[in-house]
Amino acid sequence: MALPSDPTHFTLAEARDAVVGKKISSVELTKAYVRAIQGARELNAFITETPERALAMAEESDERIAGGTARPLEGLPLAVKDLFCTKGVRTTAASRILANFIPPYESTVSQNLWDAGAVMLGKTNMDEFAMGSSNETSYFKPVINPWRARNSNQALVPGGSSGGSAAAVSGFLCLAATGTDTGGSIRQPAAVTGTVGLKPTYGRCSRWGIIAFASSLDQAGPMTRTVRDSAILLGHMASVDPRDSTSVDVAVPDYEAALENGVKGLRIGIPKEYRLDGTLPEIDALWDEGAQWLRSAGAEVVEVSLPHAKYALPAYYIVAPAEASSNLARYDGVRYGHRAPGAMDIIDLYEKSRAEGFGAEVRRRILIGTYVLSAGYYDAYYARAQKLRTLIARDFANAFETCDVILTPATPGPAFAMGAKSSDPVSMYLNDIFTVTVNLAGLPAIAVPAGLSTAGLPLGLQLIGKAFDEATVLRTGRVLEKAANFSDIPQTWWRVP
Amino acid sequence: MSVDKDTVRRIARLARLALEEERVEPMANELNQILDWVRQLEELDVAGVAPMTSVVKQKLKMRNDAVTDGGSAEAVTANAPLAEDHFFVVPKVVE
Repeated sequence: MALPSDPTHFTLAEARDAVVGKKISSVELTKAYVRAIQGARELNAFITETPERALAMAEESDERIAGGTARPLEGLPLAVKDLFCTKGVRTTAASRILANFIPPYESTVSQNLWDAGAVMLGKTNMDEFAMGSSNETSYFKPVINPWRARNSNQALVPGGSSGGSAAAVSGFLCLAATGTDTGGSIRQPAAVTGTVGLKPTYGRCSRWGIIAFASSLDQAGPMTRTVRDSAILLGHMASVDPRDSTSVDVAVPDYEAALENGVKGLRIGIPKEYRLDGTLPEIDALWDEGAQWLRSAGAEVVEVSLPHAKYALPAYYIVAPAEASSNLARYDGVRYGHRAPGAMDIIDLYEKSRAEGFGAEVRRRILIGTYVLSAGYYDAYYARAQKLRTLIARDFANAFETCDVILTPATPGPAFAMGAKSSDPVSMYLNDIFTVTVNLAGLPAIAVPAGLSTAGLPLGLQLIGKAFDEATVLRTGRVLEKAANFSDIPQTWWRVP
Repeated sequence: MSVDKDTVRRIARLARLALEEERVEPMANELNQILDWVRQLEELDVAGVAPMTSVVKQKLKMRNDAVTDGGSAEAVTANAPLAEDHFFVVPKVVE
């Protein structure tokens, strides 16, 4: 297949072969992306651009390629969500409280990528502390989705919380990016930007050095333009890490090797509880079409039941804020981060620094979390929600007795307008209705672009797999990708030459 | 179990988050809106169900109780808003 004439339109796999095959140098490819990023500031996809570091890394890569010591991702320019600590490079979690934080250490996932030869282009924008589904809670202003509805100039959200990564991948500002997913924060933005997003099994990627939101749910994963690229990137993000006690001792397989094995004989589960009143007809139609694609490719489609699915989102909004209120207790205005001036005493210092440093959604979640964990309410809220997680995990275990992978819509609708859902927290939370069950059960899931809405905006389908069976999720995703043949890209209305 | 203004003040104090008086009532309304919505969990029978403690079937890993890192006082205090001689500086705590 012929390579695209614009190198920023390479897939990760194409770029890998082109760079190692000396069709393009890493420096040339990196410069193309640096130019694309600088010309796309209107999207606000990056909080911190690191062009000098990128070029230095690219030069080293070109030397290694010349010297015959190329590593698996040698010279490939990536973007990193600003939740991954990067040594010596400002890492903010898109919060005022960390606006000047320069980590003295590197997250395990990003270190794995640099050890594999990848090049860092910069740190992507996101919802503050990964709390949001539209990237509008960022202290560094919202990200704008490269996609616009047909015949419209209205600015749309890129989803969240990994909205900067999704915009950077879909706007051709990097080959691929890292994201994190606590309730849908990789899959939902991927779906509404026409890109691929994979949340691995809990414990597959180390959480060490990733700024914590809800520790029992957080998981890092790849955001890419193709399913193959996700397979490649996950293989280099995942590792067994002694510095994360929840990192699981399971060897990382070669995800790319099994990618083209097809779905013949595979059983695809369709959970009947995911047919919700009020879902857009085009979402349900796409879901049916997805099932038909898999059936045509030789899979058997079976109905399964996840009877507790409807309780997942409210349970999540107990568990996640509870864990967040505990994790975010560390921001005290003393050891790092924003410190309010003029405090009268130490308590005043804590209270003022935190009130100034955290945005509205983060403050709201800290208070909800503090409330549900407070004396007298723990059993009614937190303990009940954790019991519900047991029931949800049991639902999935039962479903996987009669199927190998589950197919659902990724989101209840396409990208929406800025401000459309910011006044009502619950309506914003509903964006994660199809994704959040997966986090509560710790399972792997992928969002794959599958079609366009009537307004011409991308829609995605989600595949959910058994724990540590990312390989089946990926090869099924590859079949969906081929059948959907999704080749639309956003118009480059933002580009400054 | 509706959250009133006193409860909001109390949990804001517990969370060490300053809340201006005019923000107390709106915050109570926002919290009640979310709590009313999560209250649908009450219709669920969870008798005899054990709370989840870990999503993956793995025993928590143990490590040797040994010093493996340290001597990084400079790095540890490098991001402090106010530090002196590798100490964090805070307002006077003891009179």
